[in-house]
Amino acid sequence: MTLLKTSKLGIMFGGLRAVSNLNLEISSGELVGLIGPNGAGKTTAFNLLTGVYQPTEGTIEFDGDSIVGLKPYQVTQRGIARTFQNIRLFSDLSVLDNVKIAYHFHVKYGLLETVVRMGRYYPEEEELEHKAIQFLKIFNLDGKKDEIAKNLPYGEQRRLEIARALAAQPKLLLLDEPAAGMNPQETHQLMEMIRWIRKEFDLTILLIEHDMSLVMGVCERIYVLDYGMVIATGTPQEIKNNPKVIEAYLGEEVQ
Amino acid sequence: MDSSSFLMQFAQQLINGVSLGSIYALIALGYTMVYGTIKLINFAHGDVYMVGAYIGFFATTVLGLGFLPALLLAMVGAGILGMFIERAAYRPLRNAPKIAVLITAIGVSLFLEYGSMLLVTPQPRTFPAVLSSTPIHIGGLIINSQQVLILGVSLFLMVVLTYVVNYTKLGKAMRAVSFDTDTARLMGIDVDKVISYTFAVGSALAAAAGVLVGVYYNSIDPLMGIMPGLKAFVAAVLGGIGVIPGAMLGGVLMGVIEALVSGFISSTFRDAAAFGILIIILLFKPAGLLGKNIREKV
Amino acid sequence: MRVKAKRDLLSLGACLLLYAIIQLLIEVDVIGQFWVLNIVLIGINIILGVSLNLINGFTGQFSIGHAGFMAVGAYVGAVMTVKLHLPFIVAILAGAAGAGILGFAIGLPTLRLSGDYLAIATLGLGEIIRITILNIPYVGGASGLMGIPRLTNFTWVFFATVFTVFFIKNFINSSHGRACISVRENEIAAEAMGVDTTKYKVMAFTIGAAFAGVAGALFAHYFYIVHPASFTFMKSFDLLTIVVLGGLGSITGSITAAILLTFVSAALAGYPEMRMVIYSLMLIGLMLFRPQGLFGNKEISLKFFNRLKGGSPRDAA
Repeated sequence: MTLLKTSKLGIMFGGLRAVSNLNLEISSGELVGLIGPNGAGKTTAFNLLTGVYQPTEGTIEFDGDSIVGLKPYQVTQRGIARTFQNIRLFSDLSVLDNVKIAYHFHVKYGLLETVVRMGRYYPEEEELEHKAIQFLKIFNLDGKKDEIAKNLPYGEQRRLEIARALAAQPKLLLLDEPAAGMNPQETHQLMEMIRWIRKEFDLTILLIEHDMSLVMGVCERIYVLDYGMVIATGTPQEIKNNPKVIEAYLGEEVQ
Repeated sequence: MDSSSFLMQFAQQLINGVSLGSIYALIALGYTMVYGTIKLINFAHGDVYMVGAYIGFFATTVLGLGFLPALLLAMVGAGILGMFIERAAYRPLRNAPKIAVLITAIGVSLFLEYGSMLLVTPQPRTFPAVLSSTPIHIGGLIINSQQVLILGVSLFLMVVLTYVVNYTKLGKAMRAVSFDTDTARLMGIDVDKVISYTFAVGSALAAAAGVLVGVYYNSIDPLMGIMPGLKAFVAAVLGGIGVIPGAMLGGVLMGVIEALVSGFISSTFRDAAAFGILIIILLFKPAGLLGKNIREKV
Repeated sequence: MRVKAKRDLLSLGACLLLYAIIQLLIEVDVIGQFWVLNIVLIGINIILGVSLNLINGFTGQFSIGHAGFMAVGAYVGAVMTVKLHLPFIVAILAGAAGAGILGFAIGLPTLRLSGDYLAIATLGLGEIIRITILNIPYVGGASGLMGIPRLTNFTWVFFATVFTVFFIKNFINSSHGRACISVRENEIAAEAMGVDTTKYKVMAFTIGAAFAGVAGALFAHYFYIVHPASFTFMKSFDLLTIVVLGGLGSITGSITAAILLTFVSAALAGYPEMRMVIYSLMLIGLMLFRPQGLFGNKEISLKFFNRLKGGSPRDAA
């Protein structure tokens, strides 16, 4: 079943066509990579999918409905969560609060119940705390729940950001360069984790990555972007041998 | 009111507005330059303008100086004061939260206001008539010779400033610091010194405005800087804060708007109109008339 | 976690005890007129400081027009009792509603702005509110609205203050409050986590404005007269000072700063010429030595003391 489908998606910044004629089709449960040289428009594509930018042309269908024109928070509430290239944690808050905030829109109690602390307030807060700690346990961060996010080591900050995105309970998870700044061993662990969360949470994952070992290692299918356009798509094997891709990355062969 | 007399009154208010506006522009330049370099709304700037006016006052009354020497003395005095304020109150907070620096600026502002009250009494002083005021009639319009002077002095100072900022080494350094402080430092620019000079130049311009206002309105007092200071800041935002031509444009626009509102509607709504236009501009063009809108990169 | 509920009841009890003690001391005249005045002012300043902290400190929206909302509350409240002869509680609620509605109407378009632009817009709006009031003859224009009955007393102020502090504390420690804080921390990430950032910015702004309205109504009914000159942007700066001095994002910080600044003001009342000079130097000095405010974004509480003694940190109530 198709979960995400974009057709002829594009955006212009002034005169610059950052992304054009982007056609993605991702089925439920797939693990797809989006690669391309620097400035190819990968992050812009994510920003289009999540409502940060409004496309100047084309459509985005998610789970059967168009999500063009929705604000980022509405897109998240529909079931797309993301991480950022340059980590964006709530850096002065505790690890636990970071996860609790992602859970925010599942909370039902109203303003009055909040202020007088009656009705659904205590039961829901207890449930929320419980669930948030469960999420942290999965990522081996429960021991650090009271620590301030910005004091975590870099690798744990990346993990926390993924944990936070999962706490929003998405159907589709977008990861923007999850392995950036990691050493080979950490990257390997991350690969294992990505495989595992997909299975455990029944997720569909689309990830941007520069680290080819990770992309080739976990992705079942890959889209290659260059100058805002898809230049190739296929399995890791097919991509590896595609002359267009090699040209985009290494430049044209000298005659 | 028939249409020709309406036009006459409109033109007259325009003249008054431009001369008032050039004073706002002089003050606004200091706000915008300081904001450009250290991203601080220097709320004490309006009070530096007041101190400038007082230096001018004592230079003419006690020292018996003429208009130009008094103006120069005021500019130099205020320039030194500006550098001192920056050194003592703002530099230690270079890495502190922005809002803490803002509160400090408010503290400096209060200190200058009430310190001056202690020093020179809260009573308004009558600025001596250092220059004669002769009305010049052009058609049915009246232009005061002092208005010409205000316009002339402000224009001259703005030209000098534009030259300094665009064509001198100091100006280049100022622009570099304003564009990217860290990179400027890496390129070997003494950032602290540039910031210090920025305060000096901005304060000197404010002092010139203070002396001109003293000459024009004949009256100065320790709290005279509050409202013009606030409005000059509004003018800077209107034009696009951090942009030097923006401050000039914003200042003149502000003066014209005020003159037109007090001439045609009511002077009690003058201040409200200025703020109202500010808010409309901010909502539709948040970076001001000449500013560039920079979006946070995601 | 129901320990939290117990802790709430305990602090409520402590408040009642404090009320009883101060009220008794007033009854037996140990606390005289001058100090009652200052206690009333402290209460009003706490309401203003804590409500502005919700906007500036917790939600991270730089507002410096709080005096405008206080003015609306003061005038609306005064009109209720002076012109319409309604009971005091109606005046307070109407003041809160008036300021809250205006806060909503202003917040909706303006909160798209951020940082210094929002600051200058709110400052301008505060001034517009004041100038508008100045031009309404019905409420006395420039000479102010006179003949307001003195209905505010220690009891009213005390319970209004306690209500405000509990309201905002409970709000902050909820999912709604966390949504507000996430806007301050990183607006883009908050939005990506499903937080409707506009909604929460406007909500915090409206709640903050409404409590400023409460403070205004209490203020008007203590001093017999309200005057537009009491609500200039300098007043907004005073309130901002309370928030920053106490620490952005610290309710107990705002309370402490409100008490401290009111006392300093009272202590300096005897030296009118030197008063503002000393006050301003103190302000500069405090900011130079403690730019993050007295408490930073921490709350002072019993567990805070425990931690000082080396106990383990527990989550905040």
